[in-house]
Amino acid sequence: MPKVKLPRNSPSIDMTPMVDLAFLLVTFFMLTTKFRPEEPVKVVMPYSVSDTKIPENVTTISVDSAGRVFWDMDGKDVRPKVLQAVFTKYKLDKTLTTVDLSRFAVMGTFGVSVSQLKAYIEGDDVLRKQMSNASPGIPMDTLKNNELEDWISSGLAYAQADYADKKAKNENMKPPRFAIKADGRAHYKVIKEVIAICQKLGIQHFDLITSLKSMPKG
Amino acid sequence: MADVNTGGGGGGGRHQKKRAKKLSTRIDMTPMVDLGFLLLTFFMLTTTFSQPKIIELTPPIKSDVVTKVQDTLSLTVILGKSDTVYYYNGKLETNPDSAPNNMMRTDYSDNGLRKIVLNRNHRVLSLIKPIEEQRDAHKLPDTLFAKLKEKAEEDKYAIFVIIKTDTNTKYINVVRALDEMNICNVGKYSLIDVTDDDYKMIADYKKNHPK
Repeated sequence: MPKVKLPRNSPSIDMTPMVDLAFLLVTFFMLTTKFRPEEPVKVVMPYSVSDTKIPENVTTISVDSAGRVFWDMDGKDVRPKVLQAVFTKYKLDKTLTTVDLSRFAVMGTFGVSVSQLKAYIEGDDVLRKQMSNASPGIPMDTLKNNELEDWISSGLAYAQADYADKKAKNENMKPPRFAIKADGRAHYKVIKEVIAICQKLGIQHFDLITSLKSMPKG
Repeated sequence: MADVNTGGGGGGGRHQKKRAKKLSTRIDMTPMVDLGFLLLTFFMLTTTFSQPKIIELTPPIKSDVVTKVQDTLSLTVILGKSDTVYYYNGKLETNPDSAPNNMMRTDYSDNGLRKIVLNRNHRVLSLIKPIEEQRDAHKLPDTLFAKLKEKAEEDKYAIFVIIKTDTNTKYINVVRALDEMNICNVGKYSLIDVTDDDYKMIADYKKNHPK
């Protein structure tokens, strides 16, 4: 009887396509990933069924569970101008260096008063965390100095100027918007105050940032 | 030294030709591929695709002009402490003698606030149902559907929900209430403060309905 000859397959498979795909994915993720600066505030957002995406070019007011208010704004080239404007108002603009301005441009959310801000900008991550934890948030007293109002009004002015400027150059640019990112446990009265301040400055439209949950049936 | 010479049996005396060692043209790519997958895993885990979503809110500008809402079309929802919701249809009966007053209590569950709002909002829902069916049958583009839906929600006889908040209201409950408005297709609602009459009637309700 002749021996049945099994076809001999090589035990090694050609893995080239898999590796190709893997590197394609690596490239994709590397290009799409946007590294965000660390948020100094922990906000647990409430859920909603709304599926509208967060817009671009947005100023975000964060409110944490204790009702502390934090400010953040998109636009690397606009942020230094806003910082300059607010510091000029508090007569601190002489203390600002170009390094401060460029660090502020990429800093992200902060929640300290103007008097502490220079130290905050120049500090490292550890110091920033300490200052954020100790800070009562951006002051928004209606009677005394309302720093939040100054940040919002300067931010709005420069964001609108930047938008008009880029629109004139036919660049792809979204109009500035205002978002409120509040913790579910925060008291609504704080958010109401923030909205009142914004309304005073002529902002009429707000985006409440939430996490997505699925729509109930029916 | 460590090589085991398997070839050449016993005839070790044969002269072997010295050959230039031929290096393979294939490189071992295993480390590179390992690194590639490591990076892939890292980026996959750190990337957040689920960007946060938003609820759009356009509160009315404070002015002296008070929007009059027809009593028959209004539903007032008071967001109380913890997870209780007080609500009443139409105008609040403020006369404590004419008990029972129309203040009622519910919660944020599916059978609570949502059921109440859906029941009151049947008119808009009946308007939206046919266009929703058309869209599901792919006869209506989404953009047109959104427009028609908005129009139905703004219907003259659609209900107006007044959401009242006080200093104890938690933000999560406001979002929950706004979310219910979205789910129940309520296009007309406003956020205002709780009045003294409301507090009085809530106290009255609590007296009559001990838990």
